[in-house]
Amino acid sequence: MVDLTINTDVAHQILTSFIKSEVTRVGYSRAVLNLSGGLDSAISCVLAVNALGAENVFALRLPYRTSSQDSLDHAQLIIDQFKIPNETIDISDMVDPLIKRDPNISNLRKGNIMARVRMIALYDQSEVFKGLPIGTSNKTEILLGYSTLWGDMASAINPIGDLYKTQARQLARAINVPVPIIDKPPSADLWEGQTDENELGFTYDEVDKLLYLLVDQRYSPQECIEEGFNEKFVTAVITRIRRNQFKRMMPPIAKLSNRTIGYDFLYLRDWGT
Amino acid sequence: MFNGKIREMKLNLSLAQIATKLGDVDANLEKHLTYIKQAKEQKTDLLVFPELSLTGYVLQDLVASVAHKPTDDDPVFKHLLKASHDLDLVVGFVDEDARHRFYIASAYLSGGKVLHVHHKVYLPTYGLFDEGRFFAWGDSIRSFDTRFGRVGMLICEDFWHASPPYLLWLDGADIMLFSSASPGRGLNDKEKLDSARWVERVSKAYASMFTAFVAHCNRVGFEDGLLFWGGATVNDPNGELLAQGPYFEEALTNVELDLNQLRRSRARLPLLRDERTALVQKELDRILSRG
Repeated sequence: MVDLTINTDVAHQILTSFIKSEVTRVGYSRAVLNLSGGLDSAISCVLAVNALGAENVFALRLPYRTSSQDSLDHAQLIIDQFKIPNETIDISDMVDPLIKRDPNISNLRKGNIMARVRMIALYDQSEVFKGLPIGTSNKTEILLGYSTLWGDMASAINPIGDLYKTQARQLARAINVPVPIIDKPPSADLWEGQTDENELGFTYDEVDKLLYLLVDQRYSPQECIEEGFNEKFVTAVITRIRRNQFKRMMPPIAKLSNRTIGYDFLYLRDWGT
Repeated sequence: MFNGKIREMKLNLSLAQIATKLGDVDANLEKHLTYIKQAKEQKTDLLVFPELSLTGYVLQDLVASVAHKPTDDDPVFKHLLKASHDLDLVVGFVDEDARHRFYIASAYLSGGKVLHVHHKVYLPTYGLFDEGRFFAWGDSIRSFDTRFGRVGMLICEDFWHASPPYLLWLDGADIMLFSSASPGRGLNDKEKLDSARWVERVSKAYASMFTAFVAHCNRVGFEDGLLFWGGATVNDPNGELLAQGPYFEEALTNVELDLNQLRRSRARLPLLRDERTALVQKELDRILSRG
């Protein structure tokens, strides 16, 4: 059967080295990130603390007026445990004017607005604190596109983007993320009562195993079904991966010249460093 | 018991698993000279740097701008050739030939001269690798003589294939110098990444099967999200691990090779003596001519 167990010591060593290397080589020594109270941002935050030192990490709590008190409290647990410089900015005053323009606005639109306002606050504080914005998206949500483009997906580097949610949970335990954060049901907390697994329609345990076979092990859809996965589930997940490819790319540029950014102007981001 | 006199033959080998600056040859040369100085102080006879140690690995459109020729009028190689009067060097670079083809290359420098240049013959162009898009394929696998005996050099994917080490062996190499820029990949529940386990396994296997010294020097440091895992190794002609560098961090790993171990190992296990090269050739001719 599918085994998603990771060696958390190796993961921790690689990911803290990654943060340190990629932050310092562009001339920074600090990092900023949004601490939502959820698991993923808690992990990114602790990794950043272990890589750069708590004094070089700036944690933002960015509640909206409907955000749960639990989210704020759980973010505070991390801040207190690791003694991290922090600030809390209520984003309601920035979000509400847009929401009020349309009485029929959907939860999806509201959630996207909140995620993008948080991005604005994060990048603004990046300049204030002189810290590089650290991403908090895991591999499961990136593949499923369960995130807001230019919102929570926006960052300078993303240390946990190659860990499935269930693997991220293993790492969280190993690096002493407070237990209430690890044990609670994952939620974007964009509206009351929202949970990831209800909204997605499946559990992370199930989908991570399927994604591991499809993506990491290159199984065909038919081979996944033969492994015991429900055919509709397999089809739905593959469709989600394909339809959300746009979120994982820079916008394509129409080719006109002989040398075009994105096609034949090829340099790593770490060029010259 | 052997009572005759044999020349005592030791080789102080050092492997410099360095991080490089992507596309910044001057900065990388400075680091080479620093490590050369350090190795010289430690009485190193031969110092090996990783694949593309002067340039960085994921060069893409930087290839043409970082190419050099291993000659004494080259602004980079003149320093390295000068340093090679004190100790022998293996450096990784982009070699540009007279007709402007670019190769991933390793040069062996000794006594102010270039003894050999190897062009990588297998360019991985799959998965995360795209070398075939940017580089020309080398077309020769040769061993060469050094003051320590006959040596062969291979670069990364070259030794993922069995034939290049085999050819070096038949061409007389008793010391194989492998260099890599191997990105770490394949995290699971084990203590080592898949890529590290694989390379360590085949290095040990080649040392055992060819009763030869096999040294591997892999770089460290990040390029974007790729972390090169380091972990330099040296295996002796019995396939025993003599030394290993740390994972993920820069290090200079020193080991004294007792070259007389070749004689003892081959007296015990005459695989080289018994290798039936004519049979190999006959069967290869048959297989390749089958059409």
